[in-house]
Amino acid sequence: MKPQGVSIWEPEKECLGVEELRQLQLERLQATLNRVDRHVAFYRKMFREIGFVPENDLGDLDDLKRLPFTTRDDVSNSYPYEMFAVPLREVVRVHSSSGTSVNPRVVGYTKRDLKNWAQLVARILASAGLTHDDVIQVTFAYGLLTGGLGIHYGAERLGASVLPTSVGRTERQIKIMQDFRTTALVCTPSYALIIADKMEQLGVDPKRLSLRHAVCAGEPWTEAMRREIQERLFVTATDNYGISEVMGPGVAGECLEQSGMHVQEDHFLVEIVDPATGAPCEPGELGELVLTTLTKEAFPVIRYRTGDLARLLEEPCPCGRTFRRISRIEGRCDDVVVIKGINIIPERIGDVLEQVKGERPTYQVVVTRQGNLDLLEIWIEVTERLFFDKMREQRTLVDEMRQKVANFIGIVPRIKLVERGSLERINGKVKPFVDYRRPSH
Amino acid sequence: MLTVKSLHAYYGNIHALKGVSLHVRSGEIVTLIGANGAGKTTLVHSICGLMKPAKGAVLFEESDLTRLTPEAIVRRGISLVPEGRQIFATLSVEANLEMGAFIHRKDRQGLRRDMDELLERFPVLRQRRRQLAGTLSGGEQQMLAICRALMARPRFLLLDEPSMGLAPLIVREIFDIILELRREGRTILLIEQNARAALQIADRGYVLETGKIVLQGEGRDLLAHREVQRAYLGKGGKPIWDA
Repeated sequence: MKPQGVSIWEPEKECLGVEELRQLQLERLQATLNRVDRHVAFYRKMFREIGFVPENDLGDLDDLKRLPFTTRDDVSNSYPYEMFAVPLREVVRVHSSSGTSVNPRVVGYTKRDLKNWAQLVARILASAGLTHDDVIQVTFAYGLLTGGLGIHYGAERLGASVLPTSVGRTERQIKIMQDFRTTALVCTPSYALIIADKMEQLGVDPKRLSLRHAVCAGEPWTEAMRREIQERLFVTATDNYGISEVMGPGVAGECLEQSGMHVQEDHFLVEIVDPATGAPCEPGELGELVLTTLTKEAFPVIRYRTGDLARLLEEPCPCGRTFRRISRIEGRCDDVVVIKGINIIPERIGDVLEQVKGERPTYQVVVTRQGNLDLLEIWIEVTERLFFDKMREQRTLVDEMRQKVANFIGIVPRIKLVERGSLERINGKVKPFVDYRRPSH
Repeated sequence: MLTVKSLHAYYGNIHALKGVSLHVRSGEIVTLIGANGAGKTTLVHSICGLMKPAKGAVLFEESDLTRLTPEAIVRRGISLVPEGRQIFATLSVEANLEMGAFIHRKDRQGLRRDMDELLERFPVLRQRRRQLAGTLSGGEQQMLAICRALMARPRFLLLDEPSMGLAPLIVREIFDIILELRREGRTILLIEQNARAALQIADRGYVLETGKIVLQGEGRDLLAHREVQRAYLGKGGKPIWDA
């Protein structure tokens, strides 16, 4: 099963035969449904409403399609712990997602969840070609978001040397990369290019680094971006997919074939559905990625709509892994905007702005790009209540808005006050979001 | 090797198995743990053809066992060591073993050879070969029940609560025998209330509660699992959400 020179972290699982895999999925799905039916009021209610009795009505994997979807709002409304399937004392870690909704989406992990998580991340790092000999620099945020710690424990599980540099301070990242002889960079694809830009600016020759891999995730990117990363940093760039509500990183990852991400099907059920109708898509057809957890204990999700657009690739992969692949994430099917790997819903920014003056200003979220750097701007139409004669008062107001938004989403925006009526409108309504980033290559 | 898919079984009006799925791969020791009345024995009987499940499939190497008689199932290579041992107390040890070889009764020579081998391996039984089985100690009776099952030359062995009523030291001995049987290439499904002992030797385990599988995983993972510890290993209090 195992092609030469390619290391599969858990070949006995990642290369399971289809029949065996389906049986394992069925067993795990039944146990998961039995558990959420008993421990999570949200799902119990959902099942009762449609007259679904897990023990009687889930005889086959296909029966899952009878169940409604779980949405981002469902999770947000259960803030903080309502959808947990174990008592808090069984929970050993809590994470939350970026501030797209009114309430953040909070997720928990039991001891066993963390063990599985590390194992899954180790699998995707191994499939990206990393081994215990690698020095892995993790430039994802360490904290409540799942990216940093998620990759971190998986990299440790792999036995690699881990540099938890976290986000930002690009110059320092590059110095560490040089001095610590980093061989693998874990980053968002746009950050890989920011690093490349900065290196150019600093006169650092990427060929003289030890860097061989860029393991990218966190935002939609393109094949052209991959080429650019590979050519400018002299690395193999692979894609992987994670989402906090489902697990964090480790859900799916590319192998060295670089043609789609293997979904860890022994832990997650994957569906692609039409975002408008919810009907299943044909293999290869673009649709919304829907995931069901099979082993998560603290925070199981059933048919979770990720909002991410992808295709299901059923062709066998030459790497030997039998898990099916999804294409790269080709975008979002909702109003979520991804900036620096952080998901933002423009509508929610209005909620935050409203807190400042007690009235919802007319605003527009604008994203621009300088070089490879995404910049978030919020353009606000001036009204009397927002206009002050004194410069200082005006500045205080803008500062307060900037602060509030930064606290909410974790990115510091530029606030621009603009003339009334100057924002781009469609049918008299202001477009909530305008993307001035150069069309992706 | 064995695949159980969404199995339902009833005792009269009681829904005893509610969509149970599990699998055992060749060479594995898999344990099914659960409290009294969880449905463990119902599952065993459904696999062995002793009762007809209402719905679902039991596949053994591709053939559906739910359509076969118990005897035909034994012929496929599955033997049961039943709960409470169920030895024939008024028959001698040797006669008990012979009963186990029911399907090979025409092969007298082979039967004799198998019996000699087993008696060689379990000297306690050889010493008592002509004694009535009812006069054996609990541990010896369990050994006899296992040997009787082996007389059918099974590749797959189902053991229903082999530790029941035995002293810890004897349990250890019986479980050592189970490990040895696996080393010889047999596949084992071990049904137990003694979760700790079972999970210690099992590759994987399933937790059955009121007819439903609620947990599954590697033996050592389940052994360390807080829910298993609380419910079956007597650590910590009652689960709070069960109140």
